[in-house]
Amino acid sequence: MPSPAPGPAADEGLARRLRALACTAPLHDLDTRKANLAGEYSTYEMAELALAAIDLVTLQMDFDTGADHEQVVAKLLPRVAAQAPTRDPAEHQRVARWVLENMINVGSVDRGFRAVYGTFDPDGTYVRRDYDFKLIEEVPGPGGSVYLRTTDEAVNVLVGALDTDVTSAQIAAEVKLEVLISRGRLADAQLAAEQARYRTVQYAEALRRTLEATRRDVRAVDWLSAVPDMISEALDHVADRYRHENAILTNIRKARDEAASERGPDHKRRAAELVDIVKDCIRRHTQLQSRLLEAGPLFRAEQDRQAFAPPAARAGLDLYGQLLAPVLPLPLEAATRVTDAFFARGTGLRTPGAVRLGDLTDMLLTPPAPREHLGAEMPEPDLVATPDDSRFSEEQLAAAMELLELPPDAPRRLSGLLADARRRDPDLPYLIALLAVHAASPPVGTAYRQGEERLLFAVDDGTPLDDPEFGGADLIVGTALLDAAGMAADRTEAA
Amino acid sequence: MTDFVPEPDPDEGLGSKSSAHQVTPADAADAARLVSFGLHPKLAPARDAEYTELLRRYLEEPAFARLADAVATGLGLVVLEVSTRAGMALAAAEDSVFAVRMGDYARRAGADSTDRFLHGLAHLACAAMAFPRPEDLADDGYIGRITVNGVDSFVRQACRRLEERAEAEGENTDPATGAPGLEAAWRAYARRSATGATKDARRLSGSTTGIIAKAVAFLADSGFLQRTGDDAGGTYRTTARYQLQVRDMAGSAAMAELLELGVVPVSDGTASLLPPPEEDGLELAPDAGLPFHS
Repeated sequence: MPSPAPGPAADEGLARRLRALACTAPLHDLDTRKANLAGEYSTYEMAELALAAIDLVTLQMDFDTGADHEQVVAKLLPRVAAQAPTRDPAEHQRVARWVLENMINVGSVDRGFRAVYGTFDPDGTYVRRDYDFKLIEEVPGPGGSVYLRTTDEAVNVLVGALDTDVTSAQIAAEVKLEVLISRGRLADAQLAAEQARYRTVQYAEALRRTLEATRRDVRAVDWLSAVPDMISEALDHVADRYRHENAILTNIRKARDEAASERGPDHKRRAAELVDIVKDCIRRHTQLQSRLLEAGPLFRAEQDRQAFAPPAARAGLDLYGQLLAPVLPLPLEAATRVTDAFFARGTGLRTPGAVRLGDLTDMLLTPPAPREHLGAEMPEPDLVATPDDSRFSEEQLAAAMELLELPPDAPRRLSGLLADARRRDPDLPYLIALLAVHAASPPVGTAYRQGEERLLFAVDDGTPLDDPEFGGADLIVGTALLDAAGMAADRTEAA
Repeated sequence: MTDFVPEPDPDEGLGSKSSAHQVTPADAADAARLVSFGLHPKLAPARDAEYTELLRRYLEEPAFARLADAVATGLGLVVLEVSTRAGMALAAAEDSVFAVRMGDYARRAGADSTDRFLHGLAHLACAAMAFPRPEDLADDGYIGRITVNGVDSFVRQACRRLEERAEAEGENTDPATGAPGLEAAWRAYARRSATGATKDARRLSGSTTGIIAKAVAFLADSGFLQRTGDDAGGTYRTTARYQLQVRDMAGSAAMAELLELGVVPVSDGTASLLPPPEEDGLELAPDAGLPFHS
């Protein structure tokens, strides 16, 4: 009797391809669902936008952070706008957000996608299985912010190189790039360079995870052979790629500068873009290298901290090794029994609220206390009158100002002003003398800025003052007119 | 601590016979008062003179200690430890009114089996992260430090290792459709997103960091953790009570459940970086020094 299944090996390959196919489904799904949206969205190519969004997120991924949600939307907008230039910018924004949120799949509790496919078991029974995956995931960033990262699935779908080894794929891309450049096919070269960059990002991501795990627990990572091997491999890789890309950079620069005359501006622009991409690759390699160099000291410091502390006198329970690690591979149902037991005993106690019916009735019937909108009542301030210790009174000041109210064409001698003042009030000459001395160096700049129209000034022409109470120069006191309108005009011009 | 109540010393019994045998209502009130102090888990003994005095009495007067233990037991409480360090550390006995129920703890957990597991796992992971090595759990002076994001990435790391292992063995871990209970537990965690943007800039409660944040906030309310900062989603350090609770109650209860499921944690003995110290984990914890290599 022929077996219903073509054999486990073929079936496994089929399952892998089915999973790869499933990763593209959310993109096609967007185009199917756009018709259901309120509004006429059929002009937008949703799959294209989704792929562009994944591109944007991947390119912004770094060691520490991912891409910022708002930035991705902002960078996606030009493409959205290009697809429907006549539409409202607000709609473009809405479309960009809708695409990004659907790539995250905000609506589901897992924020991921699920596809169902079938395989044959070794015994020939047909089993339907759930395949869960994410395309763009949200990760916690510094300070509680949320960043976006593309998953391996998304990068694989995007690059179109499913199930390939990172390092070998990178080498292949480099070789392809060199060939393309030597043949002068820059459009293809750019594509290959971008692919190389995605691979670099993927490589860096794998390293980042390892280093993070080490910081948590040195035993999480095999530091005896696996990690040192990986680090030396990665360092070789960085050195190699760095040399390689610098060579490429020199080549393209030459191509870019020569291309201008023969091939036209488009060719030149492409070459310039390629230079940028390769530069970015080099930057990423440098970043990767510095992380790699930090890895050794980090491990030693963590080992000192974690492993060489003096052991305690008695042995305890190994929470990870004996509880958490064995629980995780269990089926969900069985694992829940263990976590429930831990939860029941590990959460401490809560004192239950005890309510008496009498209290409850009182509480429910008590009218709510009126809210204090105006805050607490202000206490009446206890004011103490401060003694008036001014040398001159307000009336004296008014009299002095009136005396100094001189017409601009008739300045007066200080001696005359003092004599006039003495006739009114024996104290007034002091105030007049004070004001006159003050006017000897008038604040012209301030008056100018404040737009004053008149300014009191005093000039010493060498005549000595003949007065029973004061000595010094007999100042000429006058009023200068300032060109307030002109000054205002000047100010506006200067501003 | 609970099942061993020291007998009154015969010599001492002779001297203070009358007081040791005649329990007055005032003694009972004091004992109940001590238990009520124990019910305020965030109250530090050093901060309250009356608490300190009652603790001293518990430690010095065996008769009073038995009385206080009896009051606690009668209320459905388990006395974990009585010391000036931890105060009167109490835990709720099973089915006691003081016990925390999963359904009250998280609404979704009552209905959804995956959420129920994730909430429980969050508590287990917090403890594992706070006491990463068996010595840490055993050492009374040890203070563990955890962060919300740290716990999440620690569990994710463990999940990823399982995923890599399954992949290396060519195992298809995708669960059969319609049988969610048979899905491997790590997949349920790996599948759930770590965080998520929400409209009001709060933490997404269904995400794994949201679930862990809930767990640590709850533990802080129980006086088990103290918040020390906001870095990495919130940083906390452990208290003496937490260590007692995990060591004497939760750890062993979960362990018993695991053994009942027929899972006896053993190591496969592959090459390891750190051989377990000789005195470490003799019969209780085989290869306890190598948690990540099992």
